[in-house]
Amino acid sequence: MNQPGPWHAFFALFRRDLMLAIRRRNELANPLLFFVLVIALFAMGIRAEEHGKLLPIMAPGVIWVAALLSTLLSLEGMFRSDFEDGSLEQMLLSPYPTLLLVLAKVSAHWLVTGLPLILLAPLSGVLMSLPMDAMGTLIHTLLLGTPVLSLVGAIGVSLTVGLRRGGALLSLLILPLYIPVLLFAAKAVADSTLGLSVIFPLKMLGAMLLLWLALGPVATVAALRISVD
Amino acid sequence: MVQFSLPRVVNDYNMIILGHSGSPPLLVFIIQMHYLQKLSSPPHFYRLAGTLAPWFGWASLALLLAGLYGGLVAAPSDYQQGDAFRIIYIHVPAAMMSLFVYTFMAAAGVMGLVWRFRLADAILAGSAPIGASFTLLALVTGAIWGKPMWGTWWVWDARLTSELILLFLYLGVIGLLAAYDDKRKGGRAAAWLTIVGVINVPIVKFSVDWWNTLHQGSTLFRAEPAIHGSMRVPLVMMIVGFACFFVAIMLWRARCELLDRERHSEWVEILFRGQRR
Repeated sequence: MNQPGPWHAFFALFRRDLMLAIRRRNELANPLLFFVLVIALFAMGIRAEEHGKLLPIMAPGVIWVAALLSTLLSLEGMFRSDFEDGSLEQMLLSPYPTLLLVLAKVSAHWLVTGLPLILLAPLSGVLMSLPMDAMGTLIHTLLLGTPVLSLVGAIGVSLTVGLRRGGALLSLLILPLYIPVLLFAAKAVADSTLGLSVIFPLKMLGAMLLLWLALGPVATVAALRISVD
Repeated sequence: MVQFSLPRVVNDYNMIILGHSGSPPLLVFIIQMHYLQKLSSPPHFYRLAGTLAPWFGWASLALLLAGLYGGLVAAPSDYQQGDAFRIIYIHVPAAMMSLFVYTFMAAAGVMGLVWRFRLADAILAGSAPIGASFTLLALVTGAIWGKPMWGTWWVWDARLTSELILLFLYLGVIGLLAAYDDKRKGGRAAAWLTIVGVINVPIVKFSVDWWNTLHQGSTLFRAEPAIHGSMRVPLVMMIVGFACFFVAIMLWRARCELLDRERHSEWVEILFRGQRR
């Protein structure tokens, strides 16, 4: 039988997930609004007289924490509806390599949640009065860091998707795993405001991206098999 | 296309162990695996753990009492820290065990996933709360020591931060185990989470070290120990005592977990019907 190749399955699933995300525009916008809102709340939590002094110092951490939280908010969507309507089971039963299918879903998730965060980065920087010189570093850290958030998040969602109240547990499972990303990224941005070299933390972010690109989908597939089982 | 298939690996092992495989496997390997298989069979482990646990329990009691006497009474005061240093007799063993137990759980998780030892799930589930308690103990004693020494209960130092993250990892495993109604599925999920966590621990350690460090280095594990014998001996006794304590409690807890998991199996029925008569 002439079967389409594995990469055909990858792109078909990738396109399907993108299409679904675009059809559900509200769900797409929620994490992004949340991202901006968290940043605004942090700024409002500080006395206005201190803004000039404190905001630039806090900006890297606050922007990255907001990115972590908004990613956490969108993670459930990666597998939840597919789990509920049974398409996840069909994907795992399909003859195609499940690793590729998981990668397709993670890539689609990053494209609809991670990439918009990068586009919003200049806005968030302006809200937190981040110095313009550090903007480039912020975008670089987001480019390298947000895919890690999607890859590691996929492990957490796949472990909890079969549970009735997995959402609350998800943050406990995932946020500790996000800490290295936060540390390297936030310190890189902070260092760049001081004019220090940021090559090392960026390299570390890249190394983490490669590590989780290799190991994340393996754990995700195994966890999905447990949840669907 | 490479497809990741754990069941296939497991199946291969099972064929070798149970002898259903067509090709004759190596004799030595059979004997080793046979022993592991026997050790990992729940009734056998249940009996063995019941025998071993009291030994470890009494050994830990003796070591802890001797170590506490040596550390709190016999050892001289530190010339810089006075008597405040004595908290290391609790703090250091607890911190060491907190890391050891997590690694141990990850090893149990790997064994459970690869060889499908039902026992490994019970051991992992039994160890997690003990490890979390050690971590909490290390954090609390560290804070109590930090107040007079550093002038603050808490600083975002590298070691403190990674210990706190370790506590969150433990709580995640415990939460995941509790969230699954099906204990076997929960055990497998927790095993995967522990393995992912153990990959993450060195990264956390490294990132946090790079981020900020204040904690003193190790005084114990050097070619020339930077701690005098009268202080070191009780410390080593405390560490071994903590390890024995962990083994004893872990065996007891794993026994309870096994009974709970296997409550419908034949050996549990026989065990309890036999005892009632």
